[in-house]
Amino acid sequence: MTEENLALEIRNVTKQFPGVLANDNVSFDLRKGEIHALLGENGAGKSTLMNVVYGLYAQDEGEFFIDNKLVEINGPSDAINYGIGMVHQHFMLVPVFSVVENMILGAEVTKGTSLDLARARREIIEISQAYGLEVDPDAIVENLPVGVQQRVEILKALYRKANILVLDEPTAVLTPQEAEDLFVVMRQLTEMGVSIIFITHKLKEILNVADRVTVMRRGKVVGHTSPKETDQQGLATMMVGRDVLLEVAKEPAKPTNVVLEVARLSITDERDVEVVKDISFEVRAGEILGIAGIQGNGQTELIEAITGLRGADSGSVLLSGEEIPFEKPRYLVEHGMGHVPEDRHKHGLVLPYDLADNMVLNTYYQKPYAGQMLTRDQQTILKNAYGLIQRFDVRAPGPEVNASTLSGGNQQKVIVGREFSRPLKVLIANQPTRGLDVGSIEYIHKEIVKMRDEGVGVLVISAELDEILSLSDRIAIMFRGEIVTIVKAKGTTREQLGLWMAGAHPEAAV
Amino acid sequence: MQNTTTLPTPLSPWRQFTKQWGTTIFIILAVVGITIWQYILNARVTEAVLASTIRQATPLVLGALCGLLGERSAVINIGIEGQMLLGAFVGFLANVWTGNLLFAVFAAILTGALFGLLLAYMSVTLKMDQIIGGTVINILALGLTGYFYQVGLTTKGKLLPIPLGPLADIPIIGPALFNNPPITYATFILVFVVHYVLFHTKWGLRTRAVGEHPRAADTLGVDVYKVRYVNVILGGAIAGLAGAFLTLEAVGSFERAMTNGRGFVALAVMIFGKFTPFGAWGAALLFGFANAMQTQLQFADIKIAHQFIGMLPYVLTIVVLSGFVGRTHVPAADGVPYDKE
Repeated sequence: MTEENLALEIRNVTKQFPGVLANDNVSFDLRKGEIHALLGENGAGKSTLMNVVYGLYAQDEGEFFIDNKLVEINGPSDAINYGIGMVHQHFMLVPVFSVVENMILGAEVTKGTSLDLARARREIIEISQAYGLEVDPDAIVENLPVGVQQRVEILKALYRKANILVLDEPTAVLTPQEAEDLFVVMRQLTEMGVSIIFITHKLKEILNVADRVTVMRRGKVVGHTSPKETDQQGLATMMVGRDVLLEVAKEPAKPTNVVLEVARLSITDERDVEVVKDISFEVRAGEILGIAGIQGNGQTELIEAITGLRGADSGSVLLSGEEIPFEKPRYLVEHGMGHVPEDRHKHGLVLPYDLADNMVLNTYYQKPYAGQMLTRDQQTILKNAYGLIQRFDVRAPGPEVNASTLSGGNQQKVIVGREFSRPLKVLIANQPTRGLDVGSIEYIHKEIVKMRDEGVGVLVISAELDEILSLSDRIAIMFRGEIVTIVKAKGTTREQLGLWMAGAHPEAAV
Repeated sequence: MQNTTTLPTPLSPWRQFTKQWGTTIFIILAVVGITIWQYILNARVTEAVLASTIRQATPLVLGALCGLLGERSAVINIGIEGQMLLGAFVGFLANVWTGNLLFAVFAAILTGALFGLLLAYMSVTLKMDQIIGGTVINILALGLTGYFYQVGLTTKGKLLPIPLGPLADIPIIGPALFNNPPITYATFILVFVVHYVLFHTKWGLRTRAVGEHPRAADTLGVDVYKVRYVNVILGGAIAGLAGAFLTLEAVGSFERAMTNGRGFVALAVMIFGKFTPFGAWGAALLFGFANAMQTQLQFADIKIAHQFIGMLPYVLTIVVLSGFVGRTHVPAADGVPYDKE
């Protein structure tokens, strides 16, 4: 390919944050009509680079060329004017606004002094039809499923006539089906002349959809490749800088006595919908039970009830043979239950607290962290933090930085460190590797298997089929609040699992 | 893409209607009922109560408009009280010195705007805690006006009612609605203007976006800081106008701490009105009515200690804020300073 076909070229960008060199002399180019994947671990500097291109951060050094012309980008409006659109990892949508309002914000069409919502509506319908991205312009964004919200984000960029589209970890929030749909859309867009930068750390997706790959590690570009020249293992090695185990290595389970028993549990949620219907299962010490299911089939509520965050209508949960009281999380902490919650920002960490405090969040009141009288033993708390940071390989400047400053993967390691380092009987890991890169996934999987081998009963909930299949010893499939069936993981195929998750009857499918 | 989350079953149209408007309609019917009943018993007193309702409501609506402009763009303004008081004071002084009422009103508005600017500077640029910023203004207002106020300053007149021709002769509502001084009329108009600006213009869309999700607005090229500054300053100007209403239209003179908590009641009014101008207007009228009734009942021969009757508006504030408001959607970013990087 020749020079003329470059939609965007980034030359020698350097961006320094306090304490971190986020981008170190990074160059990147995007050909017209291609999907160029930007691969790297959490905190490798991918998002920073794109935020610099989009004008949200000012670069310390470096220049941009669009259609081979040098341009200055001093803010998002400049980027938009040059045809750059960005779909951020955390959606930039106003939840209480309608789709139309979100679309026109910042690029409003007016009639006199009034907003011309009718015209905007027409334009949006036109665009959504032209690109085959259907969306109801009058829907309120917060009522839309995540996949559709993402579609709104893409349309938002197209509405601003973007021909360079940056997708920042677009599949992190999607179910496998939604992700497949997104890839179809991406290919369609490139056929219509849009060039796409696809930021991700999921190797399969890259092989699936990308034309070229640029790999970043610790702020630097460490290599270029293409799906034709490499495979998952090759990509993983480039990204992490060492050989990575993609499969979970584990011995057959040696289950012993039952440590967690859920008996005839039913839950009605805030909207008066029965989301968990008469569910029973048990987890034995030394085994991993995986719960598979498309999101929104009652897993969240089930786990909330087991972990003390929510009550139930009927039924009981037994921990080591003793019935637990609902909505008493501290009881569970004290009786040997560890919980890696689904939403690490909401239930896992106190973001404005430092790492040391986050690491004693459920034990701070106990010896040795509590000192004399009402004081806390800061020395022990800090020592604990240093130990966990090292043991769980948390990449952070130190225990005194706030949890909010860490990348998702490192935040998850803080939670894992806190929960796994306590003496446990039962471990509940809900979406334990959501949004994490292969290096961190490998590590967390290894730790979970280690817990199992030490005789902990583990319950893993995940929307990732591969994770469920490789990690679990037994798999329970949830559909519409019920457990369809419980099977041995060995010998179960992805396809079978997929069918059950979509509601197929177990006998019919086998 | 499939959506597996079950949506709540939609309420029947009637239940949805009653849920949304039930309280409002109940209150309106009750007030209208009492009014008509009283009008039959004693026309003159009833008209006086209604006129007083409007008078009492005016500074509350203005204060609430000030508050909601700020909070819609995510700046909490608890300095309304202070901005009002300063506006009242400067407007009064301008009237004493120049005798030009129009000039005095503008002086009051400008003063309010100036202290709006101060609040914006503290909360947007310095990213100070907004409650503290507002408190600073309240204390500053009490101190400044108390220190510079000299007893014995005489005013040169106040704004007088302008009857709107035959409209003013309509029974019951005529005298209350169509025989008012200019700032009261201006308030009626402002309610519509602020509603229009907030919900039908580009500026309003950006304001609401900045109040809900400033980063989203920022990524689309909206200047978050500018939107907040302008709204808070405009809010301050409106609070200044409320001050002008007190010294230049209602009373005609200044007293120490004469706002008497109206700035705070205005906040309650804003919340009760669900952060909308019309809602605030309705809420303000209700509070004004309670106040007017309270005054009227003190004269009436009722065997209740007058202290209890005097409590009426304040009890109403507590009841309304704790119970009746229900779920109000507060702008999601309300009170949170915005950091660019």
